[in-house]
Amino acid sequence: MPKILIPTPLRQFAGKNDSVEVAGATVGEALAALTTAHPDLKKNLYNDEGKLRSFVNVYMNDEDIRFLEKEKTAVGSNDTISIVPSIAGGR
Amino acid sequence: MHLSKEEIARYSRHLIMPEVGMDGQLKLKNAKVLLIGTGGLGAPVAMYLAAAGVGTLGVIDFDTVDASNLQRQIIHGTKDIGKKKVDSAEETMKDINPFVNVVKYEVPLTSANALEILKDYDIVADGTDNFPTRFLVNDACVLLGKPNVYASIFRFEGQATVFCKDEGPCYRCLYPEPPPPGLVPSCAEGGVLGILPGVVGLIQATEVIKLILGEGQPLQGRLMLYDALAMKFRELKIRRNPECQGKCSVVKELIDYQQFCGVPHQEAPLPAPVASTDIEPQEVKQLIDAGSDFVLIDVREVHEHQICNIPKARLMPLGDLPKRLNEIDKNADIVMHCKMGGRSAKACDLLRQNGFTRVRNMKGGILAWSDKVDPSVPKY
Repeated sequence: MPKILIPTPLRQFAGKNDSVEVAGATVGEALAALTTAHPDLKKNLYNDEGKLRSFVNVYMNDEDIRFLEKEKTAVGSNDTISIVPSIAGGR
Repeated sequence: MHLSKEEIARYSRHLIMPEVGMDGQLKLKNAKVLLIGTGGLGAPVAMYLAAAGVGTLGVIDFDTVDASNLQRQIIHGTKDIGKKKVDSAEETMKDINPFVNVVKYEVPLTSANALEILKDYDIVADGTDNFPTRFLVNDACVLLGKPNVYASIFRFEGQATVFCKDEGPCYRCLYPEPPPPGLVPSCAEGGVLGILPGVVGLIQATEVIKLILGEGQPLQGRLMLYDALAMKFRELKIRRNPECQGKCSVVKELIDYQQFCGVPHQEAPLPAPVASTDIEPQEVKQLIDAGSDFVLIDVREVHEHQICNIPKARLMPLGDLPKRLNEIDKNADIVMHCKMGGRSAKACDLLRQNGFTRVRNMKGGILAWSDKVDPSVPKY
């Protein structure tokens, strides 16, 4: 099953897990399985129209899915999906 | 331009390495680097770049040193509390290396002054702590064609990359839009592991030195992610926006970044309307002293409650509240509080949505309680 890496700011919405293994043949299906298991994540990942929020990037291995086939990007059991939200801290 | 006898002695470990050598050290001496912020990230960057002999270092900060900075901002010390950060930073940098020229800007960076300040520098190192300034620094670097050595931190995670170098991607290629205000917590709200900016800031400093020397592979088109708890570095690709052929297709001029990021204007703060559902800490104290029958609920986290608390308050962290509503009497007078008043306002909304009618929010949270009622309560 593909693994989804959960970033620090979102772990509180994912049962404090740093990674979650989910079923799914595409990035979209894997994320849907993730938000079904952890419903609190949904509003942090998707806007009201059900689209991925623009300050949350999703990567399949090391490639941004916007440059692959977005949420239709196929994932295999050895692939890692990363959620990378923008953070601004510096002080 | 040459190095004095004293400088040669100082930089000898650089001079004997062929990758730096005399040519490289002179490049460092000639270089002008602007550090945006002298906080967690800016502190180690400023100290190491000064030590390395970067000739001109600009520092922008309009803040003063506070005790809560010292857990990570190692350029400032206990004796500097209350001093302007740019002065305290200059003192440390000059102490490390009197040969560097420190240029201080004790102003907030704005759309009105950014181009004027940035234009004199070769490289910008962005270590600010908010989205409007991140976008402002990016856009100014795009317009001026200056590389932006970027890093950001949160709790125990860091991100670093080099934006705007040659035809490389910029911050807007990575994140086209800012998050809505309030959704991504700042370090002041979410906390930061004190040593984290040391590691991440030195990735930034390393990239600055490499750009000046023209050595190695810059961290360009790559986002470095660092997780201190797992002690893992990962690297992701950053692609340039395909619509930006040769020139950026997005940034045309500097804009109003507070508005862009949905932040209310700071220049003209309107007095916040006092909601009838707010209650001042002093009134809460009067209710307690009078033995009034009401429920005080602290919606902070357990670890915050351990730092300080109001004895009468019952701890029910905001995240647990939806599951614990049945523990609260619907007919009671309820006052909610948190650290500063934001989370307890959300808690009040939640209770009202669930049929509670007599719910009030203690204004300013336990910090205001410390200011207005009981100064022995520590602030954090």
